[in-house]
Amino acid sequence: MAYRVLIPTPLRPYTDQKDAVEVDGSTVGELLASLTARYGDLRRHLYSEEGKLRSFVNVYVNDDDIRYLDREKTQLKAGDVVSIVPSVAGGAPVATETLPELTNDEVQRYSRHLILPEVGPDGQRKLKAGRVLCVGAGGLGSPAALYLAAAGVGTIGIIDFDAVDVSNLQRQILHGTPDVGRSKLQSARERLNALNPTVKVESYETALTSKNALELFKQYDIILDGTDNFSTRYLVNDACVILGKPNAYGSIFRFEGQASVFATKGGPCYRCLYPEPPPPGLVPSCAEGGVLGVLPGVIGTIQATESIKLLLGAPGTLIGRLLLYDAWGMRFRELKLRRDPECPVCGDKPTVRELIDYDQFCGVAPAAAPAAAVPQDFEITVLDLKRAIDSGKNPYILDVREPQEYQINRIPGSVLIPLGQVASRVAEIKAGAEGRPIVVQCKMGGRSAKATQLLRQQGLERAQNLKGGILAWIDQVDPKQPKY
Amino acid sequence: MAELDAEVEAEIRRHGAETYPNECCGALIASGDTIVEAFRLPNTTVEGARRRFMIGPDDYRMAEKRARERSGTLAGFYHSHPDHPARPSQTDLAQAWPNLTYIIVAVREGTPEDLKFWRLLEDRSGFEEI
Repeated sequence: MAYRVLIPTPLRPYTDQKDAVEVDGSTVGELLASLTARYGDLRRHLYSEEGKLRSFVNVYVNDDDIRYLDREKTQLKAGDVVSIVPSVAGGAPVATETLPELTNDEVQRYSRHLILPEVGPDGQRKLKAGRVLCVGAGGLGSPAALYLAAAGVGTIGIIDFDAVDVSNLQRQILHGTPDVGRSKLQSARERLNALNPTVKVESYETALTSKNALELFKQYDIILDGTDNFSTRYLVNDACVILGKPNAYGSIFRFEGQASVFATKGGPCYRCLYPEPPPPGLVPSCAEGGVLGVLPGVIGTIQATESIKLLLGAPGTLIGRLLLYDAWGMRFRELKLRRDPECPVCGDKPTVRELIDYDQFCGVAPAAAPAAAVPQDFEITVLDLKRAIDSGKNPYILDVREPQEYQINRIPGSVLIPLGQVASRVAEIKAGAEGRPIVVQCKMGGRSAKATQLLRQQGLERAQNLKGGILAWIDQVDPKQPKY
Repeated sequence: MAELDAEVEAEIRRHGAETYPNECCGALIASGDTIVEAFRLPNTTVEGARRRFMIGPDDYRMAEKRARERSGTLAGFYHSHPDHPARPSQTDLAQAWPNLTYIIVAVREGTPEDLKFWRLLEDRSGFEEI
């Protein structure tokens, strides 16, 4: 027996544009079979590959959905009209749809992650899709990059322009003894690839500048700040705020470190904590002040932890908290941080909307040194000092370094008075140097220049600064002594 | 490809912004080759309107009726993707009808951005942008 089937708009192109057709059958199933036999293109839209009526295809007998009758076995009787009525449904991609799949090898490699409900396969896929840029492959960048690679963060960017120095190896565990003299990026890439060949390492052998920062940061989800100077730290912060990229921040000095997450939406940034850089020279660098080698291991690992949590969308990150770590006293403390509405970068009315000159901002602009102001006889070279000694002039050599530096190496006959004590011990220096030339010396010539100036102001105009410090002395005069 | 009246486009964007962070949906009514109305329909999904929309059979019939009343045709449907690109998802593909225009408007943090036209490929393997 023939029944009328009403065809919805989207299917009419397959029924010669008819909105109703008559087909034979005694049940709904038979009727639809006749319909798709006559109009073959209907089949793939009504039925799934398994031959089941698709979930968004509704079939009505008169006003009743066949799901509430006898489904496709529903018997038809004279006068019944069958309608095919679409449901229209869909939605935005759930985040996991667009994530890369894990290979069998990766499932094995990350099995300890996969069985954590907080990570699981979807979390691991988020890590695989994740892109983290490490600014610096030094003390902080080394442990951070190693753990990011081990954890399966899919793409790790590293920007650095240094070569490996033997003095780096005390803490920069990306590099090994055979790497001394090689580019840090080269050894970093090899080390990370050896650890986890499925991770992509993107390296940038250049200095981070206001010109390249935005273009570079744009390509990453998270920026991990492993810088060792204030100019770059402010640059990283401002670029992160401008682009809305989280900044996994860490810094270290001697025995103390700090870490936080800056520049997230609504969260504070580095400038909310430190609106202004310290005066240049006030805070010594690690090269000048020293650092416990294992300290960056702790802080860099915290930065990696926070980056991984950010990629996973985990709660409990360091957003709004500054974590302070004292390795010598072995204590952690934390401070609450709030976004400063007056912050020039992330505040309500930001005044810094593009990257500026950060060397100038931090007062370390390589502005021409006031060379003209320095008297010609202010400095003496190591070779001239050697000649003075050899010719019996008996110069008074004042070493203004710290005692532990003096233990490492020294110019024979030199007197140790650390820079901080020079001002209060001028009388002692005057007495000791009576009738002798005065040469002031430190590691490289910076501290001793200050001391020389001070002595000249105190009436010892003959004081001279040893150019290049003890390092130059060892290079040119006494190569048997160790350098640091 | 159907033309979209400027006022209708504005209405779709407005609807997407109003329902943000949830998805909006509605029917597209055409007269000749021009889409002349964005007919709002309720999002009856039970899977969470943040990521899903559903136009049930009763509302579908209402859309067909609306098209007849206006002596037009039912050209397709629109919906929004809150904080996602204006690209069809796997879910869109799995439940797509042929011969319809699908308009997707991306709404980012409450602000409508891209608005794109899509059509299901005849072999159901994907969408093409039109």
